[in-house]
Amino acid sequence: MNLRKYLKVYKKFLHTSLASELEYKANILVDLITAIFSLIGSIFLLSIFFKNNGYIGGWKFEQALIIQGIYTILNGITNTWFNPNLTEIVKHIREGTLDFVLLKPIDSQFFISLKKINPSGFLEIMLGFFLLFFCIRINQINLNLTFLTLFLITISCSICILYSLWFFISTTTIWFVKTWNAIEVLRSFLYIGRFPLNSFSFSLRIFFSVFIPIAFITTIPSEVFLGFSVFWKILLEIVVATIFLINSRKFWLFALRFYSSASS
Amino acid sequence: MISNLINRKIFTLLKVQYSNMLEYRVEIALWAISGIIPFFMLNIWTNNNLNESLNISDVLLSRYFLCAFFVRQFSVVWVVFSFEEDSLMGKVSPYLIQPLNPFFRYFAQHLAEQITRFPFALIIAFFFFIFNPESIWIPNLGILLLSIVSTFLSFLIQFLIQSIVACLCFWTEKASSIERLLFIPTLFLSGLLAPVVSFPTYVKSWIYLTPFPYLIDFPANLLSGNETNISGGLIMQILWIFLLFPLFKKTWSEGTKKYTAMGS
Repeated sequence: MNLRKYLKVYKKFLHTSLASELEYKANILVDLITAIFSLIGSIFLLSIFFKNNGYIGGWKFEQALIIQGIYTILNGITNTWFNPNLTEIVKHIREGTLDFVLLKPIDSQFFISLKKINPSGFLEIMLGFFLLFFCIRINQINLNLTFLTLFLITISCSICILYSLWFFISTTTIWFVKTWNAIEVLRSFLYIGRFPLNSFSFSLRIFFSVFIPIAFITTIPSEVFLGFSVFWKILLEIVVATIFLINSRKFWLFALRFYSSASS
Repeated sequence: MISNLINRKIFTLLKVQYSNMLEYRVEIALWAISGIIPFFMLNIWTNNNLNESLNISDVLLSRYFLCAFFVRQFSVVWVVFSFEEDSLMGKVSPYLIQPLNPFFRYFAQHLAEQITRFPFALIIAFFFFIFNPESIWIPNLGILLLSIVSTFLSFLIQFLIQSIVACLCFWTEKASSIERLLFIPTLFLSGLLAPVVSFPTYVKSWIYLTPFPYLIDFPANLLSGNETNISGGLIMQILWIFLLFPLFKKTWSEGTKKYTAMGS
């Protein structure tokens, strides 16, 4: 592993994909409006929930907004990196162009996970941060160093888990060829991340923390944000994220053994 | 003679598309699963007793969300994505030469997909009843027929809206991002995530003039036996179809005039 080489290659990736995406400027504007509307829509939905009840799963409206903010940031990251790249895997495998990726003197997982970038997701990430800053004010959170480090640790763990989930499903393309719909299923499950985990019934809570760890993705960072997270939960999230990352790597290498190129 | 010809065409199209769709059974099963968001919403509603102030009992609410799931299953439209791909790949040109509007082909595709999807939707409903045995009910035949009709009308409205967006492919290359923008109000205002009666009054005052509540809320209320204005809803659905159809014909004829095949 030569870190400098990889950084240099990544710079080239950024340059080429930004150049090609900026061809569709109007498209970026439409995507921004979509992101704003989508945020307004989910806050509207939250306000309906809170109209009849002061607390949902032990969360106040102002606190639940934090989850929305974190979800928006993570969704932006998904739209910027995961979605454009990992849908590309499907294309690579169907058309047999994965051969060219494997032949390159560079790590194949690095190449297919970071090749493309979709700049309209940046705006969504910014939108999420704006909402978070707003939440800091209305919840009167005082910023200090431990809080910031813990928040950064948990959110990067969330990003790792999210990446691994996407990468797992995209890797199964090697066997099933078409996994577009499996990604759609994942997306609809991820939608749950917009709400506090405690607002669901016990069985669903188990399902969303054991089978698909959506609970870890948004709820724990939000709890850290509010300062009522327990230490073992943060530790657990780090462990889960590490397990997911290592397994996504192993699974990719395992799947590659079954890759037989197109029409063979 | 002419009607016989049309019948034969439609029948052949349906048969071809149905056998095509049967090839992708697993894919369609995954589509069906990705539509289970209404059940998660139901979980939030009942788990936090949000429905108390609405005067809807748990049973009626669970029937509402089950019906919302069913209506959504049979009114999913993706014509803009197919059309965009076909027009980018240059497949539209041969379709245009045929003495049949290409949208009939997509229409048959959607109908065939719904037939394939039906058993999967039934299986999901079966599981739903295992977990919620108290919400089993049998609607009477008249209501069932009416709600099938209104679900079909809802499908037609969405198909027309998306076909209009799809025709924008003649002008821009990425019409699907406009569709994603339009999907946001559809998601939040159609009643898929929360029944329209629960909306605040400042939204309820104008929402019944838009097509959104007639997409899911109206047919779902009808089928689940919740209170709704049957004749008013059906009239509004038909009105919207009469409004959208000329608009579609206009954009189509303008678009085909503008169309220049690939590479020119």
